[in-house]
Amino acid sequence: GGGDGGGTAGPGGAPAPARVLFPPTFSVSEIKNKQRRHFMFLRWKQQQRKEKLAAKKKRKKEREALGDQAPPKAIPKTIENQRVYDETTVDPNDEEVAFDEATDEFAPYFNRQTVPKILITTSDRPRGRTVRFCEQLATVIPNSHVYYRRGLALKRIIPQCIARDFTDLIVINEDRKIPNGLVLSHLPDGPTAHFRMSSVRLRKEIKRKGKEPTEHAPEVILNNFTTRLGHSVGRMLASLFPHDPQFIGRQVATFHNQRDYIFFRFHRYIFKSEKKVGIQELGPRFTLKLRSLQKGTFDSKFGEYEWIHKRREMDTSRRKFHL
Amino acid sequence: SPQIVWSMLGNRQFCSYKMTTKTQNFCRNEYNLTGLCNRSSCPLANSQYATIREEKGRCYLYMKTIERAAFPRRLWERVLLNKNYEKALEQIDENLIYWPRFIRHKCKQRFTKITQYLIRIRKLTLKRQRKLVPLRRKIERREKRREEKALVAAQLDNAIEKELLERLKQDTYGDIYNFPIHAFDKALQQQEAESESESDAEREEEDDEDVDKREFVEAEDSELSDFEDMDKLETSSEEEQEEEEEVEKKALHSKSKGKTPLKGPARRKRPYIEIEYEEETEPTSKTKAA
Repeated sequence: GGGDGGGTAGPGGAPAPARVLFPPTFSVSEIKNKQRRHFMFLRWKQQQRKEKLAAKKKRKKEREALGDQAPPKAIPKTIENQRVYDETTVDPNDEEVAFDEATDEFAPYFNRQTVPKILITTSDRPRGRTVRFCEQLATVIPNSHVYYRRGLALKRIIPQCIARDFTDLIVINEDRKIPNGLVLSHLPDGPTAHFRMSSVRLRKEIKRKGKEPTEHAPEVILNNFTTRLGHSVGRMLASLFPHDPQFIGRQVATFHNQRDYIFFRFHRYIFKSEKKVGIQELGPRFTLKLRSLQKGTFDSKFGEYEWIHKRREMDTSRRKFHL
Repeated sequence: SPQIVWSMLGNRQFCSYKMTTKTQNFCRNEYNLTGLCNRSSCPLANSQYATIREEKGRCYLYMKTIERAAFPRRLWERVLLNKNYEKALEQIDENLIYWPRFIRHKCKQRFTKITQYLIRIRKLTLKRQRKLVPLRRKIERREKRREEKALVAAQLDNAIEKELLERLKQDTYGDIYNFPIHAFDKALQQQEAESESESDAEREEEDDEDVDKREFVEAEDSELSDFEDMDKLETSSEEEQEEEEEVEKKALHSKSKGKTPLKGPARRKRPYIEIEYEEETEPTSKTKAA
């Protein structure tokens, strides 16, 4: 194999010997021979890495040399850091938002006037996985009932549910034997959220899981719901669980929003000391991505949409998130 | 003449409308009455023929006679049938009067079938239609990748633990947990450090026992002693907690399926937590042993 940089067709001209740095006008992509080009590229990469390492070492030495006067370490850029500022971010002291929340559809729940009662159902003809997932979800959410769909129209189910005092309706949509969508509808005329559900893990698929969830009301953790939209979605998810958790149960349900993906986990925790807590995952896990939020109950044709995910407009930037 | 046509197409030579399968021959001609490739149902090999066809929900009777065999454009005569089923049958009868029995019979059969499926179509459109939305491969891949990255960035366990500790600090749990609060009383802390380390050790013991390890404790007679002890443990929160843990552990233990990995030389039959009692009874057991 050729160890030298001969055969380049670039303007560099003279073939460079093996140990010397590449001349700056040399570009790996100009070699026509694939094998040699690959080889040169690898060498170029190695060289870049060496340079980077050397630079790092130098910086580290400088830092040590300066000691206390060293400039603070640069914060690495993360997507969360670089997030495009969303104007609807909720300020914790915002009165308008507080007023809104005191008068929206979840106010009765947060004022403890209503007890959540959930109806879980699926799309037509659910397959085994979906059925099992529904059952597990029913154990996780207290005061919830699973009913088979049997081809009934949602528009007719909803008035019946309202008549029987249900507060929320969850429909798990299924595709090719796995659940892939979730429609969450707050019943007495409340908002309807349509999520895409992914990476559903049933209890038996979770490693190191604990025993089954007990009947105690779990605590709820909602992380990272910053914008106005995120707030409403967060409240909606929180209103599924009873408002007063039973701490003896030591169970916690978490909805963690990260880059518009809501991760749901269900854990049992135990405090080993006041600085250490151990958590053990029980219960199913899934991730949700909000697709649309509708003002009234489920009505695909005439409903008034508060928010729909429009791919072409909203997915343009990698640093922009909506929840 | 039709016999020659049939002897050519039907048996010997090639007919482009004919589809053969293992058991049967089918005819793909649109004007075919039965759909099979037979001498009597081939529209090419019969000079007098009739069919029923439907267009946009309306049924028509198509007829072909020998007189028009020379005029391909005018070959098939079309009659619109009544929407009413019985009246349409009468119409067929009156149009195909003096026609061979086979064709009349088959026409009526075909007409019946067609009306049945039209009814079904109309019924189904009233019900909920399932809308198929195509998946976009690139987008699916992108979403999946982003989800994985978000999961990694989320560091869920840490976040949850942090949140729980926050809540503990802000006293949302009240006095269920007896951890002293850092911000106050370091001296008290030190003082309690001993008792705490005891209780912590005990708790940790319990935890260990809870999670995996079991220690050898004399297995007393189960339920009676448990209940006894539960009665005695009433007042202090610690004891409450122990009680609760006991209850839970009891519940947990009763639910265990025996799949717990082997621990140590001996396993307790039931979770046993009276730590205070342990301290009391141990010496006695030792003395007994001695």
